[in-house]
Amino acid sequence: MTTIPSPKEKSEELASSDHHHSDHRLFGLITFLVADGMTFAGFFAAYLTYKAVNPLLPDAIYELELPLPTLNTILLLVSSATFHKAGKALEAANSKQCQKWLLITAGLGIAFLISQMIEYFTLPFGLTDNLYASTFYALTGFHGLHVTLGSIMILIVWWQARSPGGRITNANKFPLEAAEIYWHFVDGIWVVLFIILYLL
Amino acid sequence: MSISFPPTTENNSNSLQPTGWLRFISFSLDHKVIGLQYLVCGFIFYLIGGILAGAIRIELLSPISDFLARDVYNQVLTLHGTIMIFLWIVPVVNGAFGNYLIPFYVGARDMAFPRLNAVAFWMIPPAGLMLITSYFINGAAQSGWTAYPPLSITTPAAGQIVWIVSVLLLGGSSIFGGINFIATILKLRRPGLKLMQLPMYCWAMLGTSILVVLSTPVLAGTLILLSFDIVAHTGFFNPALGGNVIVYQHLFWFYSHPAVYIMVLPAFGLVSEILPVHSRKPLFGYTTMVYSIMGIVVLGLIVWAHHMFTSGTPPWMRLFFTIATSFIAVPTGIKFFNWVATLWGGRISINSAILFSCGFIVNFVLGGITGVALAQVPFDIHVHDTYFVVAHFHYIVYGGSVFVIFSSIYHWYPKFTGKMLDEKLGIIHFALTFIGFNLCFAPQHWLGLNGMPRRVAEYDPQFTLINQISSVGALLMALSTLPFLWNIIYSFLKGETAGNNPWHALTPEWLTTSPPPVENWPGEAPLVIKPYGYGENRSDEGNPPLNQD
Repeated sequence: MTTIPSPKEKSEELASSDHHHSDHRLFGLITFLVADGMTFAGFFAAYLTYKAVNPLLPDAIYELELPLPTLNTILLLVSSATFHKAGKALEAANSKQCQKWLLITAGLGIAFLISQMIEYFTLPFGLTDNLYASTFYALTGFHGLHVTLGSIMILIVWWQARSPGGRITNANKFPLEAAEIYWHFVDGIWVVLFIILYLL
Repeated sequence: MSISFPPTTENNSNSLQPTGWLRFISFSLDHKVIGLQYLVCGFIFYLIGGILAGAIRIELLSPISDFLARDVYNQVLTLHGTIMIFLWIVPVVNGAFGNYLIPFYVGARDMAFPRLNAVAFWMIPPAGLMLITSYFINGAAQSGWTAYPPLSITTPAAGQIVWIVSVLLLGGSSIFGGINFIATILKLRRPGLKLMQLPMYCWAMLGTSILVVLSTPVLAGTLILLSFDIVAHTGFFNPALGGNVIVYQHLFWFYSHPAVYIMVLPAFGLVSEILPVHSRKPLFGYTTMVYSIMGIVVLGLIVWAHHMFTSGTPPWMRLFFTIATSFIAVPTGIKFFNWVATLWGGRISINSAILFSCGFIVNFVLGGITGVALAQVPFDIHVHDTYFVVAHFHYIVYGGSVFVIFSSIYHWYPKFTGKMLDEKLGIIHFALTFIGFNLCFAPQHWLGLNGMPRRVAEYDPQFTLINQISSVGALLMALSTLPFLWNIIYSFLKGETAGNNPWHALTPEWLTTSPPPVENWPGEAPLVIKPYGYGENRSDEGNPPLNQD
């Protein structure tokens, strides 16, 4: 071997292992969420451009009802808080408490989806009615897909946490952390979506 | 000299993998295997895309549509563009060389996420096969690699949907790759190695990966909306249903302009690795190179509408995008002059690697000049959608990126295989490619200035002679592939043994065996803080001694 690191470097090398994977996985996840956020940004940009340059015919303009989406916003914001609680409970090594909060979070996510479904069925326009309707369904649908995946993820984490031996512990909390970051991201997107789609 | 490898104790994720040539067709997690998988897979698609290009040039020998029917011509040019961009240049300059070299350069044993890496590669062959088989089943997409609506909505849906799914897969692969590169470069650096000590290719890949992560998802979202328009008859981009085609163009070019940098920035990085080695001088202006790359990344994200000057773009937008685009000439010019300064006064060895790199510099500066010209609105309106654009684009992606790919193959083949390539064949390859390329594409500037539209199978008979000259150039390019193919196969079987470091290079991939062992180095990763310390005292500043064998 021709390359001989100095003794000082050697000790550094030994101290740092290449395999502290959990940090890198979270970093990778966040990079992925940046990418995912750009997909939403593209959709938002399209929606706002349509709104600015493609005026609808007067009979196609429909004022969205606010109560249900406001309830949805509250559901998601509360679910972010409950997920945070689950993380705190895990840090305190309280697995039972952690499982409870995870289940509540998943429940809130599913409640959001049901409420969204109710809204879809009560809206007076369908997917292909006009440009506005199509964009509305594309944006909320794409977000709903994220909530669906997130809820499944939370249930998986919950399942892992309650299995005997506890696969989710303080030492192995990457799945919980990843799901939590993802869930906060999905909630954040919803807040932006709510403002742009319903309030503006 | 002989190097023996102590068994590695860490991460035996590769222990269940095949060890012989079989690992190249398996779900290998080794970044070097994945890199070569990208390279070989990309090269096969390059040959297919090249055959399609040949078909286009044969068709254009005569002004009438005789060799290919018009709709077949449209399919052929769509497949040619899509294959060359998404299955050859992007995967090879990023995936192939990135995977092979980046872990060496940062002093790591593998990429940050080896499994994700393998997944990203294995998304490519199915996407490519789908795209090509669509031609034989229901006809391929006909709307060009840009898939502009309403054309993409009104042409036969089956091929277009396959095209969309295929590009979505390739985009996903690209995003996964980008995430992996960012994490590897920022998080997996060997202790003691600072960012500003990394070889230039790392910076190029970091910049490229930022572009990939920020812009590719927008294309994915756009194509999903386009597929709704085709399948569910929504009207996002369909004017007949109240939609807006300009929104598609904005979203598409928000990805596809950065895509040009995704194809060419890694090439910049590779050239910056190759030139210092063969001219025995440090890379000139390292710091300015780094800032130039980052400047191109930032500017590259805000120039997309210069593709849309004839799309009813408002005057303020034209002004902004003209100025922003012209500004890109500054960092690009800095890089150009830095390369020339690197060569200046060096002890240059004339070999295939440096010939292709110098060919790149010449072609790229020509493509860059026409690029600045195209950024000017009055000129752009004159030549929009003519062969001038085709010529400009090929000067960038072929004269630029593909020349660098060949240069890199000549440079790193000894590392990949342990064998030297034949230099005589390499120089024949270079001469044929350089002459053929310029003969093929230089006349197309004239065609474009005189108004020959692109993407049409038939043209005005006054352009016949120039088109025939161009086709002769294409024939030379096709022929140039033969000595290259013979060279890589023959040298692999019977080539001279390369040794560990035939070029006496200082970057870390040369400080191990050829080909390198599974985890790159038998012991600790070497700390290379002066990757371009040529012409200096070789044992100073903590650099490992040069490996002479």
